[in-house]
Amino acid sequence: MKSSLKLALGLASAIAASTAVSNAAHAEDLTLCWAAWDPANALVELSKDFTKETGIGMKFEFVPWTNYADRFLNELNSHGKLCDLIIGDSQWIGGAAENGHYVKLNDFFDKEKISMDDFVPATVVGYSEWPKNTPNYWALPAMGDVVGWTYRKDWFSKPELQKEFKEKYGWDLGPPATFDQLKQIAEFFQKRQIDGKTVYGASIYTERGSEGITMGAMDVLYSYGFQYENPKKPYEMEGFVNSADSVKGLEFYKALYDCCTPPGASNSYMGEGVDAFKSGQVAMHMNFAFTWPGLQKDENVGGDKIGYFVNPKGPGGAQFAQLGGQGISVVSYSDKQESALKYIKWFANKDVQAKWWSLGGYSCLNSVVKDPKFPSSQPYAQAFLDSMAIVKDFWAEPSYAPLLQASQKRFHDYVVAGQGSAKDALDGLVKDWTQVFQDDGKM
Amino acid sequence: MLNRTAENVARATPEPLARKVRGISDKGLAWLFISPTILLLLAINIFPLFWAIYLSFTNYRANRPNEVVKNLGFANYQRILGDQDIWIAMQTTAHFVFWTILLQTLIGFTLAWLIDRKFRGHAFWTTLILVPMMLSPAVVGNFWRFLYEPQIGLFSYVISFVSGIPPTSIQMLSNVSLAPWSIIIVDTWMWTPYVMLICLAGLRSIPEYIYEAAEVDRASNWRQFWSITLPMALPFIMLAVLFRGIENFKMFDMVNLLTGGGPGSTTEVASITLKRQAFESWRTGYSSAFAIILFVAVFGLANIYVKALNKVKQR
Repeated sequence: MKSSLKLALGLASAIAASTAVSNAAHAEDLTLCWAAWDPANALVELSKDFTKETGIGMKFEFVPWTNYADRFLNELNSHGKLCDLIIGDSQWIGGAAENGHYVKLNDFFDKEKISMDDFVPATVVGYSEWPKNTPNYWALPAMGDVVGWTYRKDWFSKPELQKEFKEKYGWDLGPPATFDQLKQIAEFFQKRQIDGKTVYGASIYTERGSEGITMGAMDVLYSYGFQYENPKKPYEMEGFVNSADSVKGLEFYKALYDCCTPPGASNSYMGEGVDAFKSGQVAMHMNFAFTWPGLQKDENVGGDKIGYFVNPKGPGGAQFAQLGGQGISVVSYSDKQESALKYIKWFANKDVQAKWWSLGGYSCLNSVVKDPKFPSSQPYAQAFLDSMAIVKDFWAEPSYAPLLQASQKRFHDYVVAGQGSAKDALDGLVKDWTQVFQDDGKM
Repeated sequence: MLNRTAENVARATPEPLARKVRGISDKGLAWLFISPTILLLLAINIFPLFWAIYLSFTNYRANRPNEVVKNLGFANYQRILGDQDIWIAMQTTAHFVFWTILLQTLIGFTLAWLIDRKFRGHAFWTTLILVPMMLSPAVVGNFWRFLYEPQIGLFSYVISFVSGIPPTSIQMLSNVSLAPWSIIIVDTWMWTPYVMLICLAGLRSIPEYIYEAAEVDRASNWRQFWSITLPMALPFIMLAVLFRGIENFKMFDMVNLLTGGGPGSTTEVASITLKRQAFESWRTGYSSAFAIILFVAVFGLANIYVKALNKVKQR
């Protein structure tokens, strides 16, 4: 009897002890919030090394892009504790910093000797700093991204098409250097029969609901001379947003949409673009660089059939590209900030960043991207590097959401619905943005 | 003898529960029982309504909880009523409500009238007609998006087959003129059965002897329809119109799934504008004012309509 009592007590103690250990382990688990996309899967793989090294478990909350901003901005605004770490969009940085959602990382970076000079400058400004161009850091650059283009190398290299193209346009069919050339190629392929299938010129961003058409139109407008504000007088937009060059840029984007996109592509963003390219519908495809590793591996359109090129130049020779990508931040409402900071320290490590790139993530660390072997490490690496050198980003103000909604509406009304002129759209945009900044007391 | 029986009955009747609970009257006990429901209603209906009314007079933004909230008076209301985009959204909503109700009522009543003939297999056809109504709007929106697809969609191919126009030219969701109709078609397809059901209830409630009397008076079928069927089914038709009107005034899911308000703003109904202002632009005060305006509009119109409905019923 005594021995069975001892056995029972022993078992109970063992169960209690194991439960306590497992609870302690769970208490240390970190939750990382991000968008549900290919790089997120790579991060899950990468983070296994962090758990091995530190014993801290990682949980992930990934939300599709269409709900990403709604879901996580609601979480931050309600001071939720779901996310310990968040990879938030670049435009959130102003609002997240000013509303106290993110932990300021300057002291931590100083203590751990993490220098922002070690990262690609554009990503530091785009993903980490608020106010911009000041040494106030709210995130570590995590995932470099930029809008670029893929094209069907196999179609471009068909001798009969090359001959026909040269006769028609007077230059060799190849990746375009200017937007005018891009349009010529798109027109050339529009409704052409290739391998018994009707194909189309290009897939471009036209999505209305979140940020699609703004990302696409801005990608063209920058190189045409669009500027958000007077460089000498912040928030003065008249004559900059709606300059004659900006108007030409927006007219070009509409012309490209009208002439050369597949039927029904009036609400197309990242996913729809990938689908159009993968299904062999389009000759060229505008999209963020994060889609490239997946397309490169695709059996039907990847490998030798795909090529990459940087956003072309505008009529005046200027060349810019829309910045994407995100930084990783510690959420100020988290109870596990210490562990979250450990993750940031680990993630900033050179070897971890090298592995991040090899798994399909886009590292922003200079030592990775400036490695002599980097341009040849992947077929798209050089295009990524060149694109990252010419980036511009949308407003990152705390009011970025109403600013974005205004541009979504103005651009879609003109480009897709054909209402009014490009001048009307940009004049209206100046009016809307002025109202937003006036409401914020900034004008 | 009578007194003894009364006493026995009184003794056998259980004592009111209230007397057992000291200090609580019957009325008090009744309140005690309904108070959880009342509290719940206050918490999830009445309080948010008053809170929204309060917010509509402020510059509050839900994404900036630390910012000082300023009282703006009627500025939000003035801005909404002077906003061209809001009026365009209201016109789009009115267009959508008018055509969906007209089509659903006409087709729904016709179907109900046919089903009421009680032909062979009418039960099977009734069930089949009701199927769209039983589906989730999310499912309906998604599969109609595929049906409308210009390159692979069945709808485009059917129209192409009938009209000879190439299917890739039939861009229901991308074309400015066709996009509003694409939503009206789907809503009509989905909700006509609902109108049919209500109309069918109305038709079946008409006593048979009235028609028999009309037969005796040698009234023609047409005369019977105009003088008996339509007037007696009218309160039911009006009820269906009321339900569909209120539903379609706040239509969100189908528009969001099919067009997202596009192309441009051609299908941006009031509820889509409201969602964008509230949860994308985070203008909480402004969107509260817009919600109150919509509430007052629907409430006012519904009230006028219910009064008309009551008059028809009293006839």
